[in-house]
Amino acid sequence: MGQPAISAREVSKRFLIHRKRATSLKERFINRGAQAEEFWAVRDLSLDVEPGETVGLVGANGSGKSTTLKLLAGILQPTSGTVTVNGRIASLLELGAGFNGELSGRDNVYLNASLLGLSRKEVDRHFDDIVAFSELAPFIDNQVKNYSSGMYVRLGFAVAVHIDPDILLVDEVLAVGDEAFQRKCLDKIEQFQRDGRTILFVSHSLELVEQICSRSVVLDHGRVRYIGEPEFATGTLRGILGTDKPRETAVPTIVDDPRGGAYIHGATVSDRPGGEPRSDFFGGEPLSVRVEVEVLDGTDPIGGQVTLIVLGAGDIPIWVMGQDGRGVVPPVPGRYHVDFVVPELPPVVGSFIFAVSVNDPDTDDVLAHARFYETLHFKGNTNLGIVDVRYTAETWRADG
Amino acid sequence: MTVAAAERGTAQSRLRWELLANLVRKDLKVKYQSSALGFIWSLATPLLLLTVYYLVFGFILRNGVPNFAVYLMAGLLPWNAFSTAAVYGCGSVVANANLVKKVRFPTSVLPLSAVGYAAVHFVLQMGVFFAFLALFHRKAFGPQLVLLLPATLVLIVFASGVAILVAALTVRYRDVQHLLEVLLLAWFWLNPVIYGMQLVRAQLLPRGAYWAYFLNPMAGVVTAYQRALYVTPDVPTVVGPQQVLAYHGYGGYLLQLGVGMAVSLVTLAVAVVVFKRMRGDFAEEL
Repeated sequence: MGQPAISAREVSKRFLIHRKRATSLKERFINRGAQAEEFWAVRDLSLDVEPGETVGLVGANGSGKSTTLKLLAGILQPTSGTVTVNGRIASLLELGAGFNGELSGRDNVYLNASLLGLSRKEVDRHFDDIVAFSELAPFIDNQVKNYSSGMYVRLGFAVAVHIDPDILLVDEVLAVGDEAFQRKCLDKIEQFQRDGRTILFVSHSLELVEQICSRSVVLDHGRVRYIGEPEFATGTLRGILGTDKPRETAVPTIVDDPRGGAYIHGATVSDRPGGEPRSDFFGGEPLSVRVEVEVLDGTDPIGGQVTLIVLGAGDIPIWVMGQDGRGVVPPVPGRYHVDFVVPELPPVVGSFIFAVSVNDPDTDDVLAHARFYETLHFKGNTNLGIVDVRYTAETWRADG
Repeated sequence: MTVAAAERGTAQSRLRWELLANLVRKDLKVKYQSSALGFIWSLATPLLLLTVYYLVFGFILRNGVPNFAVYLMAGLLPWNAFSTAAVYGCGSVVANANLVKKVRFPTSVLPLSAVGYAAVHFVLQMGVFFAFLALFHRKAFGPQLVLLLPATLVLIVFASGVAILVAALTVRYRDVQHLLEVLLLAWFWLNPVIYGMQLVRAQLLPRGAYWAYFLNPMAGVVTAYQRALYVTPDVPTVVGPQQVLAYHGYGGYLLQLGVGMAVSLVTLAVAVVVFKRMRGDFAEEL
């Protein structure tokens, strides 16, 4: 107990990109002095995956997801850092479980399971389930080279989930296969979750990650940008994908208004108005969010009611600031700072994002809206829930 | 549960006989499944060689060595086993790139499966050879056959060492494959397969370099196989009676096999170190 299923410590992976790779001794000797370009696919990745967790790895193409998975699977060795794995790993990487096309489906099942550490007897026990799950009974004695890509993946997935793995690594394979099979795979994954197995999941489908993962890791250019709630990971990733300037995590929406609307330039989180930006807070500490809003010139400039909503998982509002006259900007074109100050944070624990909107004070129409994925981390013990509620408990004998 | 998980984790990264056997079976299956005669083909080559040598050296090119076909096969079969293991071992990791890049398993099983593959063929060919001996060379069935045990052990250890070494090197330097082929051609002549030991003694004994001949573990293996299967050290040749085999007794063979074993173990140790150092990059270099 207490031992993580997968533990990565400051793992980095460097690939050397030779303009012309020395794949022979001759080239090796001729190009002795030639410079190889370095490419860090993964940089300083530290991650503990606890037994029973389902962790999603998301990121743009080339962000290092697949490399990370291969490092954790032990297929690649890190350039520096250590990876410790506790248990049997089944991996489904890049559409294939390493089948041999010349062999039949049956032989491949036995060979693959054998590679993954199973004895023949163990495979015998699971063989019928594997065939049933893959729905390939009529073709199981055909050569795998004649399989369609869907059949290939079905068999691969069937083997991976039936060899009784402690850790399942899945890379983007659910994209292949029809809806019915995808559903079946997801059911199997859910069953794995109930069994308390560890799953690491790479996908471009953010919805899927939100749906099945308990934690998400956002990778960007080989570095971890975020670890935590899948909902925020999704937000963070969309922020990354939406802009290539990493600091601007706001995604403003401007509503065109001929009278002159509003524009949200940014927001800074600190412990006091104008203070150093920070994102980690403890309950009881002061919190201040400075929103920079511009009232745009037009035929009839309107001011606005600035509202700041702190959002939890699934966009649940945790609290809302800016009503009844507080947080209003005047109808005079120019830039304004609106400081929302919380003198003492409530005993809330967790990671949150916030959204800012500027509304017409009279009609309540939205003039501008922005979400800030630079998350707020309210520190504390999440095992006790997100709110530290004061309560009492008494025990009475009820049967007399 | 954690303990069980840890055990299963090690089962996945440890070499297991069953996995080795499964990989050998896979290689054999892939090679022979689409041919009608299948396995018989692996016996066709030695049978044909045996017949040709028997006819050519027995009736046409009489070099005076009686039963030259037996002498030749006794040395050729272990050499072929070694060279098959080395060549297959060389390509074993590259040929299984599909597995290496996608499945976590002990990759060192790949060159060893090449050795196993060569061993299966060797055993079958020896079976054919023994049938031939039973018909034409009865004296092979004597106590000297015990020499085959240490000789085969050296053969296995040395072949494994070489296979593991070249398998790892080939992943990074594909030239090793071609280099090995050329090297094996030359190496073949460093063993007394076609010529008799009397020539080696004549050249090396006066120079005091006779011992160096046996630094090549395969020379020890080949001579021991010849003593075990050809049996008679002294034979009448065209130039008079000659000692074609290395020694009359057995002690000399054991000594040489001992030297061969030491060289083989060093080779194996170096190979394991090189393989361990290089295997981390296999998945990206393939």
